[in-house]
Amino acid sequence: MSLMLEPAQQQIKDEKIYREMGLTDEEFSLVEGILGRLPNYTELGLFSVMWSEHCSYKNSKPLLKKFPVTGEQVLQGPGEGAGIVDIGDGQAVAFKIESHNHPSAIEPYQGAATGVGGIIRDVFSMGARPIAILNSLRFGELDSPRVRYLFEQVVAGIAGYGNCIGIPTVGGEVQFDKSYDGNPLVNAMCVGLINHDEIQKGQAKGVGNTVMYVGAKTGRDGIHGATFASEELTEDSDEKRPAVQVGDPFMEKLLLEACLELIKNDALIGIQDMGAAGLTSSSAEMASKAGSGIEMNLDLVPQRETGMSAYEMMLSESQERMLIVIEKGREAEIQELFHKYDLDAVAVGTVTDDKRLRLVHEGNVVADVPVDALAEDAPVYHKPSKEPAYYREFQAIENAEPEVENVEETLHALLKQPTIASKEWVYDQYDYQVRTNTVVTPGSDAAVLRIRGTEKALAMTTDCNSRYLYLDPETGGKIAVAEAARNIVCSGGRPLAITDCLNFGSPDKPEIFWQMEKSVDGMSEACRVLNAPVIGGNVSLYNETNGTAVYPTPVVGMVGLIENLEHITTQSFKQVGDAVYLVGETKTEFGGSELQKLTAGEISGKAPELDLTTELDRQEKVLTAIKQGLVQSAHDLAEGGLAVALAESAFGSGLGVTAETEGSAVTELFSETQSRFLISVKPENQQAFEALTGAKKIGEVTAQPVLKVVHNGSAVIDQPVEKFEESWRGAIPCLLN
Amino acid sequence: MKFAVIVFPGSNCDIDMYHAVKDELGEEVEYVWHDEADLTQFDGVLLPGGFSYGDYLRSGSIARFSNVMSEVVKAAEEGKPVLGVCNGFQILLEAGLLPGAMLRNQGLKFICRPVELEVVNNETMFTQAYQKNERITVPVAHGEGNYFCDADTLKQLEANGQIAFRYADNPNGSLLSIAGITNEKGNVLGMMPHPERAVDELLGSADGLKLFQSIVKHWRDSHVVNA
Repeated sequence: MSLMLEPAQQQIKDEKIYREMGLTDEEFSLVEGILGRLPNYTELGLFSVMWSEHCSYKNSKPLLKKFPVTGEQVLQGPGEGAGIVDIGDGQAVAFKIESHNHPSAIEPYQGAATGVGGIIRDVFSMGARPIAILNSLRFGELDSPRVRYLFEQVVAGIAGYGNCIGIPTVGGEVQFDKSYDGNPLVNAMCVGLINHDEIQKGQAKGVGNTVMYVGAKTGRDGIHGATFASEELTEDSDEKRPAVQVGDPFMEKLLLEACLELIKNDALIGIQDMGAAGLTSSSAEMASKAGSGIEMNLDLVPQRETGMSAYEMMLSESQERMLIVIEKGREAEIQELFHKYDLDAVAVGTVTDDKRLRLVHEGNVVADVPVDALAEDAPVYHKPSKEPAYYREFQAIENAEPEVENVEETLHALLKQPTIASKEWVYDQYDYQVRTNTVVTPGSDAAVLRIRGTEKALAMTTDCNSRYLYLDPETGGKIAVAEAARNIVCSGGRPLAITDCLNFGSPDKPEIFWQMEKSVDGMSEACRVLNAPVIGGNVSLYNETNGTAVYPTPVVGMVGLIENLEHITTQSFKQVGDAVYLVGETKTEFGGSELQKLTAGEISGKAPELDLTTELDRQEKVLTAIKQGLVQSAHDLAEGGLAVALAESAFGSGLGVTAETEGSAVTELFSETQSRFLISVKPENQQAFEALTGAKKIGEVTAQPVLKVVHNGSAVIDQPVEKFEESWRGAIPCLLN
Repeated sequence: MKFAVIVFPGSNCDIDMYHAVKDELGEEVEYVWHDEADLTQFDGVLLPGGFSYGDYLRSGSIARFSNVMSEVVKAAEEGKPVLGVCNGFQILLEAGLLPGAMLRNQGLKFICRPVELEVVNNETMFTQAYQKNERITVPVAHGEGNYFCDADTLKQLEANGQIAFRYADNPNGSLLSIAGITNEKGNVLGMMPHPERAVDELLGSADGLKLFQSIVKHWRDSHVVNA
């Protein structure tokens, strides 16, 4: 029906219709050259989605090559649905993070929900059983009603999808800053468990084998979602709402169980999620990776609506669908398997040897294009890079202390800052326990899940302080990785690898591209030093609203291995009389800090320094101490510095703490110097702990639930823990009501 | 003793229930797919939590028409223990095995957190291992756990000792802070909190284990007598 309305080939060229799909004049000429003729409307659609930044990484590929991607633990690096690392005993962990920023900006509930759905499919398409979901969220300031709406709906969307499908949402982070006002960031990460011998790949191998479509039917939702995700948001973006997909977690639960049953069937050759660019990317990529081609008859594609054109079917991003390749002749048993779950499983095509994607619709060949041109050979751009003027200015500013009149009141104010405040309002809505493996629930440095039937556990976290990255992307990039590793170590784990989600503004602006370049440099170096290679991830560019970019936000998702359940450590103080130690020294570093934001209203200056050798050394010492059983509690010092860390370790413990500091109170208590840990130790282990770490005892855990800090001999903080906890716990609900 | 864990499309606490029985309780257990038509080989029936049929229409309203449900009704009539947790409770309400209905939580939000329960009646086959008025910690995770029934039913529930558990601090607006009720005969228990999530101290609480132990003890006692 709508086929009739599609513009003709010459018209596409003359009226430059390709521009509406995000292709440039040069790219269109390239397509013309590849085909040796003008593309028709359907073919143009294929190229435009596959060559979008979201699918092709055309602007970020040169940067992504800088990441270290190998290591003896790595079983699968970037390029498949999810990366996989070895955890011993024939088991491995698969994980990946992905963005759903643009959809969430205009339709927050479904945008966030389908972000979760998509990343789950990426993980089970590898053959892994998803065991946990995490997220990383950024919003504007909560004083705006629009931001409150986005925040509430995004959280509801994540909860709605994750709770229903029955995968626990165990952790994450939420930060608030003006720069995200019109363009929130919604990154979802999924972690799965897999046996080595069950690892699947998205490859269409074996000429003559059958291509099957499984899962939900195709509708007209999400058409051109990948293209939309690769544009800046403007006032007209609301009109793109049809480009946002609609999720059905129940359908995905059925698909998940069916696919995990499928991977045990030896008829399966390859499997890939129909995520961004749906049927187009799954078919083209599976063929391209295998060096084969695919021919599909679109008449056979299960459709939710009547009269869909080839263009619409190929570009639809309807959710909860998979493309699989199976051994020829075994279609019936696969159909039977899916029918148990009331799911469609339809043979729609075959694997060919001509490296082309050929589509037939209503008896006509409607597209015939080389698969490599779609998948691998998309143009790659080396964008110009330029150091922004602000960076120079910030670097020239000397480190100084913000002015603080009353330390105690300042601590209350910091605890009420939404970025520091308790996120209970958020995670109370997530089922973080389903499947009963969650040992450390949300709210600690990292979430910890036991691996049933073993003595091992996995620690996982997402981290990124984008304020540091804005001030100094290279140092900030290092800090993002180092902080994630610190969180893993504090939980008793050894970092295994990371997945990253690179959220930036428009790469067409040299200053933004510079931020990307420097961030990746910093992250890469930290990954190398901390032995946490990058095993996959996602790039989200054009995060701008009406020309203003978000802070550079390359979110790090890290998973670590806890070798023995006995090593699991949390941040809460445990016992009266335990000695409290600060590992690491403190400098006057307030650039991008919570205190600077609080007192000045905006950030400036230098990001805190980070020496990776020192970082690694301290992490190793702390982990050794944990493994030797010397540590009762461990917490990394992050936003808000020592005072906030002391308060957080006391919250919920029923205990108090008395600490003594010297020097400048503001620096000692609120500076955000990196590579520091707050650790409590039983009296009998003090000597061993000091010998190992060289750390300085700063206080003691007390029976009386009071937070007391004596500075240069006089008490600067002395109040019941409860008082501080009220400030911390009540802040977000208070801002929302 | 041999338990059946009924699996509906969309059940997601089935695995937790299975492992609680197998690993922590040490009894026999099998998954039973929703279209099975025979439960005679099982001594007890467990309906796990989750989102059967996506909770579409109304929680539990579609699952209750599953093939297996007529067998669950039969098992209940035969006096076998039938336990429905969370969505399982909602299904038992929809199937008419327990009185009343569920409303959305008072705060209109999903709630996941450990809560304190009071054992109101410790004389049922599900609660005999607890002390009367014992306080136990068991997690809840639901969006529709706000128990409601008419005044007469409520009176009957109280008079017959059918209120098994109450929340110490009502999280969802349930009438009389009801967290779990039995049928009049006492062999069908529905509860919103998840005892299967509270069977291992490593995960925060093992207070739910006694519930399963109670079922087994009751079954052993009655079988020794019958034998």
